[in-house]
Amino acid sequence: MSAPLLSADRGRCIGAGMCAMTAPEVFDQDPDDGLVLLLAPEPTGADRAAARMAAGLCPSGAITLHEPEPGLS
Amino acid sequence: MSESVHTVTALPTERRSGCPFDPPAELLDARRQGPISRYTHPGGKPGWLVTGYDMVRSVLADPRFSSRKDLMNVVDFELPPAPPGEFLLMDDPEHSRYRKPLVGKFTVRRMRMLTERIEQITADCLDAMEKSGPPTDLVTAFAKPIPTIVICEILGVPYEDRASFQEQIDSFMGGEVSDEELIAAYTATQEYLARLVAAKRANPTDDVLSELTDSDLTDEELKGISLILLAAGFDTTANMLSLGAFALLRHPEQLAALRADPALTDGAVEELLRYLSVAKTFHRTALEDVELGGQTIEAGTTVVLSYNTANRDPERFTEPHTLDIRRQAAGHLAFSHGIHQCLGQQLARVEMRVAFRALIDRFPTLRLAVPADEVGLRPEAADIFGVKSLPVTWDTK
Repeated sequence: MSAPLLSADRGRCIGAGMCAMTAPEVFDQDPDDGLVLLLAPEPTGADRAAARMAAGLCPSGAITLHEPEPGLS
Repeated sequence: MSESVHTVTALPTERRSGCPFDPPAELLDARRQGPISRYTHPGGKPGWLVTGYDMVRSVLADPRFSSRKDLMNVVDFELPPAPPGEFLLMDDPEHSRYRKPLVGKFTVRRMRMLTERIEQITADCLDAMEKSGPPTDLVTAFAKPIPTIVICEILGVPYEDRASFQEQIDSFMGGEVSDEELIAAYTATQEYLARLVAAKRANPTDDVLSELTDSDLTDEELKGISLILLAAGFDTTANMLSLGAFALLRHPEQLAALRADPALTDGAVEELLRYLSVAKTFHRTALEDVELGGQTIEAGTTVVLSYNTANRDPERFTEPHTLDIRRQAAGHLAFSHGIHQCLGQQLARVEMRVAFRALIDRFPTLRLAVPADEVGLRPEAADIFGVKSLPVTWDTK
C-alpha cells in the first residue's frame, strides 16, 4: 500500500494554526502544546482540497501531501 | 556572474498623495524592476531589498537566513543580542524554547473561545461612542482600546492599572514623542512588567502570564516575553482596525457588500491584512553565501524584506492594488511566513472579525468627518503603518 495522503511533522510545527483554520475537518491543534493533530489522513472531496491548501499555507513546512502525480499510477 | 540589478539607495519616506493605502511608488517601482534590488542600509552598510512575493516567502522559510539582532549588519557598530525572552530576534533553538510554551495558549480554538468576551469589549467601546455622539476619533474610541483591553486581559494586567499602563505603551508605540519620553515610557513599561511577573508568580490568576510562571522561564525572560506580546499584539491590531476602517470607508461598494453579508467578514479581514500590510518590513541576515534571483547574498549581509510590496505582487495576486473582499487572499504575508509567523494571528483575526462587524452594524451611516486627504498618516519610518487619528461622524436618530 502507498503512504497515506497526508502526514504532519510535529517536530517542524510551530503552532501557527493555519491548518486548523483552513481545513478544520482534517487538522486540529493539540490543546496542550498547540501543535498539529492530524484528524483525517485520507480526506476526500472538499476536505481534500482544503487540506491541499493548508499544506501550501503551512509556515514551517510541517505538512506533506503525498499526492500521486496525474498520469502516474 | 551577477546580472545587472536595480538599486534602491534609501527606503522612501512618503506615500503618493491620495494613495494612503498603497506602498510608496519607489518600492512598487523596485518590484517592477525585479524581486531583488541592491540597497544601502541607513547606517551605510550595503544590503539587499527583496520586494517580490515568491522571494520574500522563500527567504522567510530559509534557515540560511537569520533573525538574530546581534548579526544584523545595518549600522557600523555591533548590535547587542536580543534581551531574554524577545524571541522575534532569535534563531532556533533559542527562539523555539520561548515560543513553544506560548503556542498552546494562542490556538485557533482557544482564541475563538474569546469571541464573546471580545464582542463585549467592542460593544462597550461602541456604546461609549454612541453616548458621546459624533464626531469622534475612531483611533482613540475604537481601534486602540479594543486590542489594549484584550492583551491586558490575556497578560492579566489588573483592571486598576490599565489606564496608566495604556498611557505608557501608547507613548512608546506612537512614534510621536521625544527620545527622552520614549526611553522613560519604555523603562516604566519594563518596570511595570517586572512587577507584574513577580505578582503572578506569587499569586497566580487566570491568565496566560500566570500559566507561564509554571514553566522553566525566569522572571527576566517572562518580562521579555510579555513585552513582545504587548508590542506585537497591540500596535499591529490597533492600526489594522483604524486603517481598515479608513479603507472600507474609502471603498463604499466593498463596505456595502460587507454590511449586507456577514459571511464575507472572514474573507474581508484576510483581504484587509493583505491590502494594508501594516507591518511593512523585516530583516534577515545571510549566515552563508546564498544565491537569490541571480545575485549572491554574501554571508553577513542583511536583507530587507518588503511585505507590503510582496502582498501587492501581480504575479501572486490578480489586480493587487484593488481592495476586493471576495478575493482569495490566503497566502498573504501580513503575518509573515516561516518559523517566526505571527504567534498571535488567530487572536488578531478574532479581534478584527468581531470589531469590524460590530462597527459597521452599529453605525450604518458611518463616514469620514474630514476630507480623506486630511487624515494624518503615520510617518513611513514607523515600524507599523497606520493613521494618527480617524475623525468619523454618523447620523443620530
